[in-house]
Amino acid sequence: MKPPTEIETAAAENPVVGIDQTKGDFQYKVDYAFDAGTGLSEDTVRYISSVKKEEPWLLEFRLKALKTFLDKPMPTHWATKDLENINFDKIRYYLSQGQKPKRTWDEVPDDIKKTFERLGIPEQERKFLAGVEAQFDSEAAYSNIKDIVAKQGVIFVNSTEGLREHPEIFRKFFGKVIPTGDNKFSALNSAVFSGGSFIYVPKGVKVAQPLQAYFRINAENFGQFERTLIIADEGAEVVYMEGCTAPKFSTSTLHSAVVELVALKGAKIQYITVQNWANNVFNLVTKRGVAHEDAEIKWIDCNIGSRLTMKYPGVVLKGERARGEVLSIALANDGQHQDTGAKMIHAANNTTSNIIAKSISVGQGRSTYRGVVHIPKHLKGCKNNTECDALLINTNSRTDTYPAISVKGDRNATQHEASVSKVSEDMIFYMQSRGLTEAQAMSLAVNGFINDLARQFPMEYSVELKRLIDLEMEGSVG
Amino acid sequence: MSSVQVSPPASLIGSFTREAFAAHLERVKHLPAWWLDRKRAAYERFAAAPMPKRTNEGWRFSNLATLTLDGFTLPAAVRFDQLEHRELGVTGAGHLVFANNRLVASQELDPSTTGQGIIFDTLQHALLKHADLVKSHLLAQPSKLGSDKFAALHEAFLEDGAFIYVPQGIAAELPVGVFHYASGAGAAVFPHTLVIAEDNAKVTVADFFRSEKSTEAHFACGGNDLYVGHGAQVSYIAMQDWSRETLSFQFNATVAKRDAKVLALNLHAGARQARHESFSQLSAPGAHSEMLALTVAHGTQEFDQRTLQIHQAPNTSSNLLYKNALLDSAKTIFSGLIVVDPDAQKTDAYQSNRNLMLSDEAEANSLPGLEIQANDVRCTHGATSARIDREQEFYLESRGIRAAQAQELLVFGFFEEVLGKIEHRELHDILTEIIREKFKEN
Repeated sequence: MKPPTEIETAAAENPVVGIDQTKGDFQYKVDYAFDAGTGLSEDTVRYISSVKKEEPWLLEFRLKALKTFLDKPMPTHWATKDLENINFDKIRYYLSQGQKPKRTWDEVPDDIKKTFERLGIPEQERKFLAGVEAQFDSEAAYSNIKDIVAKQGVIFVNSTEGLREHPEIFRKFFGKVIPTGDNKFSALNSAVFSGGSFIYVPKGVKVAQPLQAYFRINAENFGQFERTLIIADEGAEVVYMEGCTAPKFSTSTLHSAVVELVALKGAKIQYITVQNWANNVFNLVTKRGVAHEDAEIKWIDCNIGSRLTMKYPGVVLKGERARGEVLSIALANDGQHQDTGAKMIHAANNTTSNIIAKSISVGQGRSTYRGVVHIPKHLKGCKNNTECDALLINTNSRTDTYPAISVKGDRNATQHEASVSKVSEDMIFYMQSRGLTEAQAMSLAVNGFINDLARQFPMEYSVELKRLIDLEMEGSVG
Repeated sequence: MSSVQVSPPASLIGSFTREAFAAHLERVKHLPAWWLDRKRAAYERFAAAPMPKRTNEGWRFSNLATLTLDGFTLPAAVRFDQLEHRELGVTGAGHLVFANNRLVASQELDPSTTGQGIIFDTLQHALLKHADLVKSHLLAQPSKLGSDKFAALHEAFLEDGAFIYVPQGIAAELPVGVFHYASGAGAAVFPHTLVIAEDNAKVTVADFFRSEKSTEAHFACGGNDLYVGHGAQVSYIAMQDWSRETLSFQFNATVAKRDAKVLALNLHAGARQARHESFSQLSAPGAHSEMLALTVAHGTQEFDQRTLQIHQAPNTSSNLLYKNALLDSAKTIFSGLIVVDPDAQKTDAYQSNRNLMLSDEAEANSLPGLEIQANDVRCTHGATSARIDREQEFYLESRGIRAAQAQELLVFGFFEEVLGKIEHRELHDILTEIIREKFKEN
């Protein structure tokens, strides 16, 4: 553990949480009441389950998942060998100060309050959020939902509460969109998950303001495994935003979440992520939604931080006319590998999907697009459009594109296009001739590259994204 | 000798046992020792390598259950007059005709061209007369696309093939034709064509793969090596029309030197299951590779095409266009990868896969990949899968053209983008004819 002093950070005033990359780089000494120790065994899983006072079926579910995790090989036959550098025996799987999240800001312990105040959580809530949940290591430290939203019947709790208090709603969908054995890391999450949001939006309710969760890793060698399940009942609409930060430790940290979305008939879910982990975090996340008849699921996924991110948000288009969309921005700087993409599984007639992915590789950064588009037999009227554009800033930057498109039958249409380029010299020259410095011109060009995507973000996020890109581009030219 | 060794498990080698290999070696024992040693080493690699597995990314979407090596034999000789041979149709052009791995007929080049030093001969003769050339170019490139086992099998059992050598500064005006036939149930054939174009040379080679009967099952495991020297131009056109029961592998390796231009066009019509691997190396500045393919897939045929274009030097360009028309419950796989090495600035690479879906049972899989490690490049790829444009169909029909004919016109329109790149009119017509016949089969 580091000394109890805060690590100094850039003091730039920042109105929006989870955006400035240096903003999260501080840490407090915390005394944890619950600590599962280091390493992973059946005992770890039993400890987590008993601390959470879980029902036997859940413990069974966790233990089975642990077995699946141990049985499954690392997917290095297609994924980067960097995964082999994760030492599962050195990770701390559960750390928390208490089991019940605080409902008012005053109740939150001072040291944790300091963390989130620094990141601007209460201000944000006052400003424009319908509800906030803030997770500190394994458990939610603070969770609040505005009365007006609660009165509409919206449930916004953490995973432990969700399964304990609303089993009739959440158990039915829990682990159904992403089965335990989907991949090695979804199995790991299923074994040791803790925290995350469980949201239920009743029929016809349109939540006017976004719900937000904020994830914070504070302890060194800590693995965060939150589990999120969002159910939008028929005709419901909800926007969910998540942000994440961690201080920079000398050893690497693991974040492995599972996020499941269910949009019932005519529902709409928009899920926005701004991932800004410190650049020694392994961020291995499984995200998937099921869209029923006329439903729409939209993932807006922005990856700026982490050492290695592997994340391919997916939509299973299960009902007729369902629509899926993934908008993805990735920025890979020195020492980072952003392996991101999308999956669109068409499973009903007249379903449509759209993927737009833009990546920027700076310095020795590496960005990878991986995608799956699947249209099985005997469907008609399915359409997919995929566009991936990669921008390479420096001579040693790297980008890869690995899409897989599988189409059966003659009544569907897919199109995929990808391009790789650098910022055009003409463009830079033109801007310089107008009096901009090379660095300014470069920033402007890069912001222009992602502009049409960034515009679809909530305004506060897109403004900050631009600022962050300016920051990342500093010193990358000249 | 190998006969004392224990034979590897049948699941790994099928019909290609040590005894079969010994029998093959006996037939080629007059060839140079270094070549026989290479063959022996290749056989060991083949026998030791596992069959492709589901988890192997190089075989994603491929049907592995049908990749059986059982039931094939090294076939007996056939006479030329037993074949229904169709000529190249280019007056004066040279040709070599192989049937069941043996030369059965040939038309030598005009002495005026051989006087220029052009060599058009069998691989066996070249191994004896031009050992150095063969040694440095025959199967000299690694197998990088997943079929190392089958590439080793090809090397081990390769008996004869075509050798084309064009010396520096010489342009061969007429195309040369190489025909490979398979005949007899279960015949295993291993065709090979080696093309060496020295600096500033120019040549067009047409490779034909045919079965004597359309209903017999064959095993075809062929390859070609194209070496294109500085400023040289090579056009290579292959027409694969094996019987509809054939299991076919084809491996291509192309090396393009400074300012070289190479065009390779593969037409895929035959086989039950056909895998084609094409590996292009743009190894010096100014090199350009045109990688083209047309596939007409019908019945339950599976065409599995894997490509790799590596840009190893600055200012190189490549253009890949693979077009598939899918009928019935046919299946195609296109998996392509453009690799740009860290120093290959100013690379211009394009990769495109277009699938024309003509049946509701057909399946098209596209895996267009990029791995870019230089920043000053222009690399794009595209993949589409769709049916014929209804508006175009409607337009033609509104002009009084019957539906079936309109469809044929539009399909040929779809292919013409590729066919139009062939310089020789006769070759263009032969390809068109094969496509037309394939559609008639339906």
